[in-house]
Amino acid sequence: MTATQQKAGEAKAGTKVMTMLEAITDAMRTEMRNDDRVVVFGEDVGKKGGVFGATAGLFEEFGEKRCFDTPLSECGIIGTAIGMAVYGIRPIAEIQFLDFIYPAFDQIVSEAAKMRYRSGGEYTCPMVIRSPYGGGIRGGHYHSQSAEAYFCHTPGLKVVIPSTPADAKGLLIASIRDEDPVMFLEPKRIYRHGKGEVPLGEHVVPLGKARIAREGTDVTVLCYGAMVSVCEAAAETAAQAGRSVEIVDLRTLVPLDEATVLESVKKTGRCVVVYEAPKTCGYGAELSALVAEKCIEHLEGPIVRVAGFDTPFPYTLEHLYMPDEKRVLAGIEKTFVW
Amino acid sequence: MSLELLTILDQDGKAQKGKDPNLPAAELQKLYRLMVTTRALDDRGLALQRQGRIGFYLQSTGQEASHLGAAYALKDSDWLFPAYRQPGILLLRQVPIDKIVCEWFGNAGDTSKGRQMPVHYSFRQANFVSISSPIGTQLTQAAGAGMAARMRGDDTVFMTFCGDGGTSSNDFHTGLNFAAVYKAPVVFVCENNGYAISVPSCKQTASESMAIKADAYGMPGVRVDGNDLLAVYRVCKEAVDRARRGDGPTLVETVTHRMASHSSSDDAARYRDAMEYEAWKKKDPIARFQLYLKHKKLWNDAFEKDCVDGAKAAIQTAVTTAEAMPNPGPETVFDDVYMNLTPQLKAQRQELHDLMAKGGVGAQVGHFPL
Repeated sequence: MTATQQKAGEAKAGTKVMTMLEAITDAMRTEMRNDDRVVVFGEDVGKKGGVFGATAGLFEEFGEKRCFDTPLSECGIIGTAIGMAVYGIRPIAEIQFLDFIYPAFDQIVSEAAKMRYRSGGEYTCPMVIRSPYGGGIRGGHYHSQSAEAYFCHTPGLKVVIPSTPADAKGLLIASIRDEDPVMFLEPKRIYRHGKGEVPLGEHVVPLGKARIAREGTDVTVLCYGAMVSVCEAAAETAAQAGRSVEIVDLRTLVPLDEATVLESVKKTGRCVVVYEAPKTCGYGAELSALVAEKCIEHLEGPIVRVAGFDTPFPYTLEHLYMPDEKRVLAGIEKTFVW
Repeated sequence: MSLELLTILDQDGKAQKGKDPNLPAAELQKLYRLMVTTRALDDRGLALQRQGRIGFYLQSTGQEASHLGAAYALKDSDWLFPAYRQPGILLLRQVPIDKIVCEWFGNAGDTSKGRQMPVHYSFRQANFVSISSPIGTQLTQAAGAGMAARMRGDDTVFMTFCGDGGTSSNDFHTGLNFAAVYKAPVVFVCENNGYAISVPSCKQTASESMAIKADAYGMPGVRVDGNDLLAVYRVCKEAVDRARRGDGPTLVETVTHRMASHSSSDDAARYRDAMEYEAWKKKDPIARFQLYLKHKKLWNDAFEKDCVDGAKAAIQTAVTTAEAMPNPGPETVFDDVYMNLTPQLKAQRQELHDLMAKGGVGAQVGHFPL
């Protein structure tokens, strides 16, 4: 059963059916109860509970000391989070939309990412930067971008993207407990879609482990975030045409679970990479290079990228920009006929 | 809010009545020795760079009173988020000169494992947070650390530094704003040394001073003679006490001068008027403090010789030791990116190891133990 098919009220014992958004809140609540060093802050995360509601109830339960609003400054949110992490508490900093993270880029790339390395391990920066990203919500240029590649290109950062409610909780808890800075990017398009069973209380999904979202034998589709359910739909259609599609949900972009990726491609002999960021130099380019470098001898067709176009993110025509089921299917076909 | 330049010592080293903090004799002599040693480190550091023995150097000459006077107002348990021109603080916090010099050489004895250019120190034992080159970033981090200390109920105070150029960075605005909003226990010290590389401080701002900017953030701003150790100490002590009481941050502008070039890669003679340099030379912070000690009968030729010779000897020993130390091992390139090596880093380390084992690649860095 896929997450999208899960209906409310069917939860197993010890689990609850939640949206991804609820699972994210549950992860923070769990860790804030578990570890009093954990604090959550950002713009509108306090009384309002976040513009998407991801921090709903945390202000009420933990008070302003541990869940608080900040001045409207991404650079300030991240810069202060670094100071807190260096000093020894565990900040979870929310950047309201990933599109607004650029004022904090210097702090993330030059400071958080390099603190451990440049100090010879004397100072560390265990912090989580949570941010909704991606298109499909009619957000235009500045509420839709997929900027993950910038961060994947910076040694010292981990980059995590969940695709299901249970993974969102488990990966976020693992990120909060991690000793290094983690970019936790939340596919906002599926924040409230596709409810799924989420374990209550303690639930950790280790970073660096991909998930086989669907087993198949003919072609591997590598994807993450909101693209996973798009690929699942495409795989269902492809199955009717006799193509058996294996879907690897990466979950963690850095560090990548290379073993799972390569094992799947070696098994199927074909590879499609799906991501919604602009195609050129996107994370999928790295995946294509990896597959070409490490298992080209197993390939029976070209590695195909299905991605966003190399344009700024359009508003009215976003449905044309975003990879959809048909474009994924076309990509799958290209690995058979070229 | 006062734009007045606070001074205690006049050019003849005489303290204004009622303003002398009356520090104990031994402390005054210690501070003098620290200033002399700091300058000796600078002289030797630049010489080593000129001789091609280290790759880069960046002097603090002329700013010894500014940063030592400021940091002397702290307890050892207080933290520093420094910029790159406060090396005397390491001596004040009793970091061994050997460790400082090892950082210049980036060798196996360097606490930062040779990861950064010279003078980008990190000394956890001294609560001296790793220095980076981007301007101003430490100001916001200090605000965050101060917020964290308040949350935990610690009484730690955080002192952070920037130059006049740093006041133009977005982190100057951000750091001061956050610190003030959350009443973080932070002392922001802006060492206005006249230049950001070649650009004079009058081109950084149209404000009458850097200190006046504090007003807009809702915190006190104080302007002090940065070449007067006693005045800097006194102003910073008030700011530190205020922070520790929970009354929030202060901006201190120390008016001083960068007597050297920006770095070993720069030549200030190309853009700085010789007259300006000569005028500031007469205000040398060490010379002024020396006169003050002399009036108090705490300085004589023998003490001077002991300070200078002692510093030179300690630095010479440190240089001899450091220069003989090997580089960090090649395998350390991959350490400390994350707490644990990722599979990718393990593979890259192995790849480099195998290439080196075949010879040729990285031959000058020596053996690669795995």
